Amino acid sequence: MADKITNKQIFFNPFSKDNPVIVQVLGICSCLAVTAKLEPAIVMGLSVIAVLAFANVIISLIRNTIPTNIRIIVQLVVVAGLVIVVNQLLLAYAYDVSKQLSVFIGLIITNCILMGRLEAFAMGNKPWPAFLDGIGNGIGYTIILIIVAFFRELLGSGTLLGFQVIPPSFYEAGYANNGLMILPPMALIVVACVIWVHRSINKDLQEK
Amino acid sequence: MINKQSNVYTIVYITVMVIVVGALLAVTAMSLKDRQAENVQADKKSQILQAVHIATSRSTVIADFDKYITRQIVVNAAGEEVEGNAFDIDVAAEAKKPADQRLLPVYVCQLPEIGTKYILPLAGMGLWGPIWGYVAFDADGSTIYGAFFDHQGETPGLGAEITKPAFTDQFDGKHVFKGAEFLPIEVVKAGVKPSNPNADYVDGISGGTITSKGVSAMFDNCLSPYRAWLEKTAAAAPAAEAAAPEAAPAAEANTAK
Repeated sequence: MADKITNKQIFFNPFSKDNPVIVQVLGICSCLAVTAKLEPAIVMGLSVIAVLAFANVIISLIRNTIPTNIRIIVQLVVVAGLVIVVNQLLLAYAYDVSKQLSVFIGLIITNCILMGRLEAFAMGNKPWPAFLDGIGNGIGYTIILIIVAFFRELLGSGTLLGFQVIPPSFYEAGYANNGLMILPPMALIVVACVIWVHRSINKDLQEK
Repeated sequence: MINKQSNVYTIVYITVMVIVVGALLAVTAMSLKDRQAENVQADKKSQILQAVHIATSRSTVIADFDKYITRQIVVNAAGEEVEGNAFDIDVAAEAKKPADQRLLPVYVCQLPEIGTKYILPLAGMGLWGPIWGYVAFDADGSTIYGAFFDHQGETPGLGAEITKPAFTDQFDGKHVFKGAEFLPIEVVKAGVKPSNPNADYVDGISGGTITSKGVSAMFDNCLSPYRAWLEKTAAAAPAAEAAAPEAAPAAEANTAK
């Protein structure tokens, strides 16, 4: 590589400067779907971290054996296999959450972040940096999911992780939960707000 | 050195990979199968109990189910008890058959100090996918004691509201028999009268019209075949209530003949 980046950068860059959701704008679809409540968002985030880290390592390990013309297929098979394993584990050990996430776990397969990282990073790097890259990007994705889910659950349902946080006296005084926050369009708008705040802080990310 | 771009290499590579991944997945699925089946069953048991307003947790659900659900029977559209395991019947598949060919599960529930309840399963379609539920009847076979609904993928905040107490509690105390008429509960838009003026009805969900209609259709489709059985149960009920605190033996004698 021309500009040598350290393992530390590989791990921490995706948190903010190179965030997969708000800078690269990948994985938006699942961000809209699972962020109505905090709990599924966290589980989804953890699942993506696990799948991304393992997929990165596996692809990195076999990167020199993969025939170039079928590399996307190989990546897909690895990701799909891992996603099914995660789904099976959730069905066995976290049934309620798995019910809530339903199809979205399966849709991790089509999450652009995965294909993006496998193709852009794991195919050309050693397993350890690939692992860090996977964890880093997974965490970067999870952070955004949690921020979005925090606002959507708080304003949309008045709860956090299922616990009532807005006191009943507010409701008596005429406060009402904003039902719009639960609908997918508001996730997009919250993500946009996060991007806005993020770019205002990091001026170098602003397009001219 | 092997030529990695050759067709033979590609084909061998993909074949080996598919076998390895396939074996891995098979092993995972097999080793977790029992646990998953247990979860599915426990979840179903918890749903059935929620129809009679019993909230359970994952650790207590199986004990609670065995404690409260004293009998599981299968009936047909003529109201006769038939052979079968009620718990294993696929209600969604039965609901698609003609009424007279269906196997109809009934869960007989004994609640301390409240008496016998009959829990009947429902299955239908919402807007995006299947919806299902359980409705519990009093011993008179007409009064609804409680209802529970769940769904696969209705919109949160709209159709998915059918699972909330605000919706399900409306069903409590409604009647499906009006004199000799059998009128399963209708779900209508708030402020609108039901299609049959005699029918008991509940308010649907604003913004969840199609799901609400699905619930209404599900009541009509799934409860109608139970009519004969409910009538028999109702006929036996007053005697049973008067004879003994336990209504089950009398109801049993009635359905078994």
